[in-house]
Amino acid sequence: MNKVIVGIPRGIFYYYDGVFWNSFFYSLNVRTIISPKTNKEIINLGLLSSPDEMCLSMKIYLGHIKYLEDKVDYILIPRIDRFDDYNQTCTNFLAIYQYVLHFSSIKILNYNIDNHHTLKDGAFKIGKELGFSRCEIIEAYKYALKRHQEYLRKKIFEQEQIISNNHKKVLIVSHAYNIHDEYLGGNILKILKDNQIDVLYSNYFDEQKANVKALELSPNLYWKYSRDAIGSISFVPNIDGIIFFSTFPCGLDSLVNELVIRKIHKPYLNIIIDDSTSITGLETRIESFVDLLEN
Amino acid sequence: MGNYGFIVHYFLSNVLKDEIIDPPKITSKTLELGSKYSPDFVCTPFKYTLGTLIESLECGSDILIQMGGGCRYGYYHELQSQILKDLGYKFKLINLINGGNHIKLKKLIKDYNLHIRYYRLPKYYLIAKTMVKYLDSIESYVRKNRCYEKEKGSFNNLEEKMINEFKSCHSYFKLRKIYQKYLKKFKSLQLIKPKQEIKVGIIGELYTIMEPYANYNLEQKLNDKGISLIRFTNVSYLLYEKKRKVKKFLKNLKLKYRMGADALDNIYHTKYLCENDYDGIIHIKSSFCTPEILIMPIIEDIASKYEVPILFFSMDMNTSETGFETRLEAFCDMLEMRKK
Repeated sequence: MNKVIVGIPRGIFYYYDGVFWNSFFYSLNVRTIISPKTNKEIINLGLLSSPDEMCLSMKIYLGHIKYLEDKVDYILIPRIDRFDDYNQTCTNFLAIYQYVLHFSSIKILNYNIDNHHTLKDGAFKIGKELGFSRCEIIEAYKYALKRHQEYLRKKIFEQEQIISNNHKKVLIVSHAYNIHDEYLGGNILKILKDNQIDVLYSNYFDEQKANVKALELSPNLYWKYSRDAIGSISFVPNIDGIIFFSTFPCGLDSLVNELVIRKIHKPYLNIIIDDSTSITGLETRIESFVDLLEN
Repeated sequence: MGNYGFIVHYFLSNVLKDEIIDPPKITSKTLELGSKYSPDFVCTPFKYTLGTLIESLECGSDILIQMGGGCRYGYYHELQSQILKDLGYKFKLINLINGGNHIKLKKLIKDYNLHIRYYRLPKYYLIAKTMVKYLDSIESYVRKNRCYEKEKGSFNNLEEKMINEFKSCHSYFKLRKIYQKYLKKFKSLQLIKPKQEIKVGIIGELYTIMEPYANYNLEQKLNDKGISLIRFTNVSYLLYEKKRKVKKFLKNLKLKYRMGADALDNIYHTKYLCENDYDGIIHIKSSFCTPEILIMPIIEDIASKYEVPILFFSMDMNTSETGFETRLEAFCDMLEMRKK
């Protein structure tokens, strides 16, 4: 069997189903390379290969793709359009595959999620493209799904333990790909940790329950990932403070965060980050926010 | 948005017994009001619409109707109604694109006790629909030929007369007659055609492209410089033709998936303009328009393959009109020089 190497860029989609694809390829015995954590080099690669006005997270994602380009045979780039009509995603999510296809000559492993296609179809499509039989793919899919759910359950369990203790707590409302990216969100987490404050992440809550709760805040919201994020707010009624964290200029957050900020009556901090945000300024803002919480 | 306001007014005033208030024309005050209360990095149409909503509420309206969907447009109404509520207005704002329209409208009619003349609905719906179609076809003819007019302002005057006659027309067949009469009149207007005609296509994001205030009267300015224009985006295209054409676009561009909002259409139209010997392309969008940002490099790439010059505009409330004009003039001069 010829050994192909599949590259998984550590950006955007990685934070939603990275565990799934990693264990899927592991089970099929395919070698994978995950691009390293975001650093200055990757950001510079991304800035060079993307239009100026695009959001920072997408620039970083393109940087990861650029980094992997000459190291692997295939790159995994999904296209997530919508899960159904009330669960849509950002327009960048559905156009980025076409964008990379236009400018790069590397082979792309692509799967598509829309009204008629699910993640399962995607797994079969990719398995077939790599030349595996149906049985192998089914086994790998089951294994990967199990690992993915186990991972999520573990995270949710950890978070529940944090909720039940008596420390000062802050909820970070953000897209998963912003807060878990160490280059973007790492500083904030570090400053909060230095001040002995526990952190809750908006993406580690039960998705279905969060979706229902989000309707209280915004009945017509049709972006899935935004709904998951703001649904978490109603989960923890006695939270001390909320930090809204987004990159400049995120299309969804510009509207959703503004709406939520107008509706909740709790201490909040709205952080918008771009590639030239200074850490010192950020530190000052967060520390003064922490002081506010402690008084 | 453009000249379409009178059609909506015409339709509602004939179907409803209640009073209808036209929003005041967009001015710099509208934009100022809108951007004062809107979030920092939202796209510009949000600011325009919020400004218009505030102005029409001040004129005394109770119900505001908004249409839109596709990208961020579908979510505008929720944040806007929250902002207006925080400002202390009392009103009802509904969005008519995101599904559940029948239920929404029924509830609205019950809540506000609207007097609807149901027997008139089908007739006036048909008339309004054809009116949009006719207006669009006339406007695209005007755009193409206004630059060659012998007597200055003759096209604009005639169009104004036509719109006035449209307003007072109450029958489908009469409307068709008016349309045919004016089409003849337009075609008999005297033209002076130069030896070398310069043709430019306009593509871009739908609000900025259709609202003359938002693009600093781009079409009139280009026509004054003797450049003939073509524009694909208009209301009848968005409402009726777009759905049908998606498959054709995908096949032609050898793409697999659509790309959100008008992105795919714009790529196709770029290719169309390049292949049909147009001299230049102008791409215009509001700042932070996510779908358009992603395809701008693709459009640029296609245009450079065919060696067609392309000019990008990103409109914001801080874009200065002088700077805009300078860039436009330089582009026009360049086109003329290329022709020679």
